[in-house]
Amino acid sequence: MLSLPLSWYLMLSATLFVMGALGLLLRRNAIVAFMCVEVMLNAVNLTFIAFSKYHQDYTGQVFVFMVIAVAAAEAGIGLAMIVNMFRHKHSVQVDEATLLRH
Amino acid sequence: MGAETIFFFLFGGGAILSTLGVLLSRNPINSAISLVVSFFFLAGIYAMLSAHLNAIMQIMVYAGAIMVLFVFVLMLLNFGDEEHEKPRLNPTQIISLLVGAALLIAMFSAATAFVDGSRQVFHPSMPPGFGGVEAIGHALLTSYVLPFEMAAVLLLVGIVGAVVVAKRRF
Repeated sequence: MLSLPLSWYLMLSATLFVMGALGLLLRRNAIVAFMCVEVMLNAVNLTFIAFSKYHQDYTGQVFVFMVIAVAAAEAGIGLAMIVNMFRHKHSVQVDEATLLRH
Repeated sequence: MGAETIFFFLFGGGAILSTLGVLLSRNPINSAISLVVSFFFLAGIYAMLSAHLNAIMQIMVYAGAIMVLFVFVLMLLNFGDEEHEKPRLNPTQIISLLVGAALLIAMFSAATAFVDGSRQVFHPSMPPGFGGVEAIGHALLTSYVLPFEMAAVLLLVGIVGAVVVAKRRF
């Protein structure tokens, strides 16, 4: 017996997404910014799963599978780039990455 | 107040509080641990929404594999725990907060407005095996076999790319 409306889950997802977006904009540590991207992806996954149950359709859950695969690939590449940046700059602050800015 | 409401506020509130921990803690290791906790709470929400396979995947892949990678890189770099951030707000941060508030209001109104109140509740009965391994696996290997194989190729490219990017010299 499920009684909660769909909008509660959507509002939880929206809250998590906005928190992740704010963290991405406000934090200067590149690794923490990456973690905030993961938070945003999780919020989107929650929306997919809530709508999947609402429509009684598997497609949303299959798409969550794909989002997790993309998140794994993104985390691997992104952390490799951060390791490389640390090797050159000895810092992971995003303000230090100014090579392409001039 | 039914059991579902209690679990929704337990898991949802826990997820929001631990995500706040990710945003606010000064030490990136603490952020990573908070994020693992947040993933566990979200897995509980997924299980409530009868996405059992995705709840397990969330714990195994996100909390188990991706966060281990994050913590591994944090320990490898070992850049100390203080972050050189200025505590006062500069104009960019104020604009970011305003944009975040506007986004939150827009998403909340969209969440409450897209269907009328009577149709917002979930269907009381679910098809048997909904969200289980058999149903999702069948869908992945029949209707969605091409995206499934493309995800495999993407992960292979990701492995090779991570090695190439992080390697010092060839």
